[in-house]
Amino acid sequence: MMKAPFHVYSVLLLALAVSLTSCSQQNATTVLEGNAAELTYVAPGEYDEFYAFMSGGYSGQITAYGLPSGRLLKEIPVFSVYPENGYGFSEESKPMFNTSYGFVPWDDSHHIELSQTDGEFDGRWLFVNGNNTPRIARVDLTTFETVEILEIPDVAGLHCAPFITENSEYLVSGTRFSVPIPQADVPITSFKENFKGLINYVAVDQESGEMSLAFQIEMPGFNYDLARNGKGKSHGWSFLTTYNSEQAHTLLEVNASQKDKDLLAIIDWKKAEEYFKAGRGTERTTSYYHNQLDESSGIAASTEMTTTTILDPAELPDMVYFIPVPKSPHGCDIDPTGEYIVGNGKLSADMSIYSFDKLMATIEAKDFDGDINGIPILNYESGLHGILKKPGLGPLHTEFDGKGNAYTTFFISSEVVKWDVEKLEILDRQSTFYSPGHLTIPGGETKKPFGKYLVAMNKITKDRYLPTGPELAHSAQLFDITGDKMKLILDFPTKGEPHYAQAIPASMIQPNSKKFYAIEENTHPYASLGEGQAKVTREGNQVHVYMTAIRSHLAPDNIEGIQMGDEVYFHLTNLEQDWDVPHGFAVQGANNAELLVMPGQTKTLKWEPFRPGVFAFYCTDFCSALHQEMSGYVRVSPKGSDVELVWGLNDENKSAQTSR
Amino acid sequence: MRIKFFLLTLTMLALVCWLAVSCSGNDAASSQTPAAPAAAPPPPPPASPKGIGEVKNVTLTDPFEESMLASGKAIYDMKCSACHKLTDQRVVGPGWAGVTNRRRPEWVMNMVTNVDVMLDEDPQARKLLEECLTRMPNQRVSIGDARALLEFMRKNDMEQVGSKDEAAI
Repeated sequence: MMKAPFHVYSVLLLALAVSLTSCSQQNATTVLEGNAAELTYVAPGEYDEFYAFMSGGYSGQITAYGLPSGRLLKEIPVFSVYPENGYGFSEESKPMFNTSYGFVPWDDSHHIELSQTDGEFDGRWLFVNGNNTPRIARVDLTTFETVEILEIPDVAGLHCAPFITENSEYLVSGTRFSVPIPQADVPITSFKENFKGLINYVAVDQESGEMSLAFQIEMPGFNYDLARNGKGKSHGWSFLTTYNSEQAHTLLEVNASQKDKDLLAIIDWKKAEEYFKAGRGTERTTSYYHNQLDESSGIAASTEMTTTTILDPAELPDMVYFIPVPKSPHGCDIDPTGEYIVGNGKLSADMSIYSFDKLMATIEAKDFDGDINGIPILNYESGLHGILKKPGLGPLHTEFDGKGNAYTTFFISSEVVKWDVEKLEILDRQSTFYSPGHLTIPGGETKKPFGKYLVAMNKITKDRYLPTGPELAHSAQLFDITGDKMKLILDFPTKGEPHYAQAIPASMIQPNSKKFYAIEENTHPYASLGEGQAKVTREGNQVHVYMTAIRSHLAPDNIEGIQMGDEVYFHLTNLEQDWDVPHGFAVQGANNAELLVMPGQTKTLKWEPFRPGVFAFYCTDFCSALHQEMSGYVRVSPKGSDVELVWGLNDENKSAQTSR
Repeated sequence: MRIKFFLLTLTMLALVCWLAVSCSGNDAASSQTPAAPAAAPPPPPPASPKGIGEVKNVTLTDPFEESMLASGKAIYDMKCSACHKLTDQRVVGPGWAGVTNRRRPEWVMNMVTNVDVMLDEDPQARKLLEECLTRMPNQRVSIGDARALLEFMRKNDMEQVGSKDEAAI
């Protein structure tokens, strides 16, 4: 009788103790006790603290997620056509896909680089590389739209891109596959004689963000994999990992993994810029495309560029160096102070960490260990800060928290390891599920990391989610890194295959987000700035429909006099001036896509009638209570028919006669 | 003894509950924005025939401010004509003929520049919404442009119905 109460007392006391503890400790320890949900929960109507921009890999796009919730906010179409909003199908956006290989509707997007000022994110633009048909795109972070794509000539697999300098002066972009330059019909076995690798410096206009290819440095035919630029004391230098210094051209898996060490390329880009400006480069004829979107018209235009400037390190001294780095390095990452350069040797048991000061002293002392094509090789030991011994298997990428700690992903041993950069001590390791590639910490590659979270982007998903057949979404995992130990707090599936991502405080993006396009500023040549301007014109077999949309009707909504063989261009202007009121446009038999037109914009869909008859068109975006009524008909007659071209709304029909 | 234990248990339980609730309650309170008044009863109708918004007093001139008429028509053509006819015919929204005889100039300008608040709170605007069923979109008309539109409406009223400004008096 008396024992029970005491038992109950002790349970109650324990409960009291636990509730007191959980109340006072809002640190990472409590995660283990089960408040991971609390740390990642963003209540309805609340906002995430960070935007995370993830590349889409083979989707060719970018996705924007909120952190810590892992909520998908938007997929931004970049290198792949996107029927969902007509990107790549509308007449306005088609030129974005022009390359020296013609219209290329897909690419493999890899590395996100946010623009920087003084080594910190400034929230203006986002750059991303297309790997397969080498390109770099710029996304405007006020509109979340791709506004520019620049092709990079004479490279193959633009993997080593578009790594940004601390004031967004350049995007450093190296070729992953060396190729004959200029391209030539040569035996593949002539790799060592004929193949070269270009490292490209793409200049960024500080006001407009516009990209231009400044110069290309011609390097030995290795594979240039990843890069980072110096910051602070090391500003003005680029560091790039290479693999396949064996110069194998077949079965690279084996033949490019022979040597004990590959090479880290070290480029004094300020010196290179000096040579370029002094006219020390060689002009070469080539072909590449530069595509840009004009915001006021919403129309993209392409320009073919035909010359490029090559800088040859054999002729231009003190510009490029090599230093050995353990076997087949992948990521090359620089700590927030700019002093330590981490070479992630993916097939090595140890990681080499270089000291910028020591590298400079090594160069100063000409402490070289031979050269390759006139490029000095620095003495490995002399440039080294130290070795991180046996950190894990398959180190790929490293980011930083600004508190002296580095975080590295290990693909083979499937973990994230936290270590002290200065002391080279391992502090913590946590498993990931499974096999992480890149990782990102908000601001984790800048001078001032925001820390707080780490996202590991895993390459293998297996059993983490409900199965969806053979093809699974890639998994991202969020860790809380505020405590001594990293805490896994969230899994979330992602789109495509995110390679790299960068995360930035929402406060740097949210206030600048555009809500609509001012219709007064619409300069599209086929815009109808007001319903009174809606009309249909014929020029030979080209018919232009100037159409307007506003809740809840399209004008005109009855069109007759279209003939077989006509090319009909629907130019839809959205007259709305309110946030979140896009109108869509779909017409039966269109063999391209739909249009999604933002308020104040004009977009064009080409339609070639398939057979005579009357075909419906309608608004695809549920815009209002009368959205279902937002529709119309277009009548198609046989070629040579005498049906007059008329258009109208509410039975007030017009024709070329009446509207004159 | 039993009662004493029972009371003690209750006290402890209450304490635990209070601590737990206050702990999570703090977080909940700090992370929730005030709920949107979705299902709230309609606010008491404001008496002002001038509507709700920045525009408190409009001075009308005779003859018309000629400089405003052209820009007023341009704004009408671009932003209003899709839904409003210049006659008394209602399409999506009411026809404009005689509008300055029915509405105070301040009401007209507030309706144009403060659309969402007017549709939610002004009794006359709410009544129109019930008749037309399509919410008037916010077309981002500035106060200055709304004044030009008003001038254009006054001229339109003279042309359509031969009188104007009767509601302003």
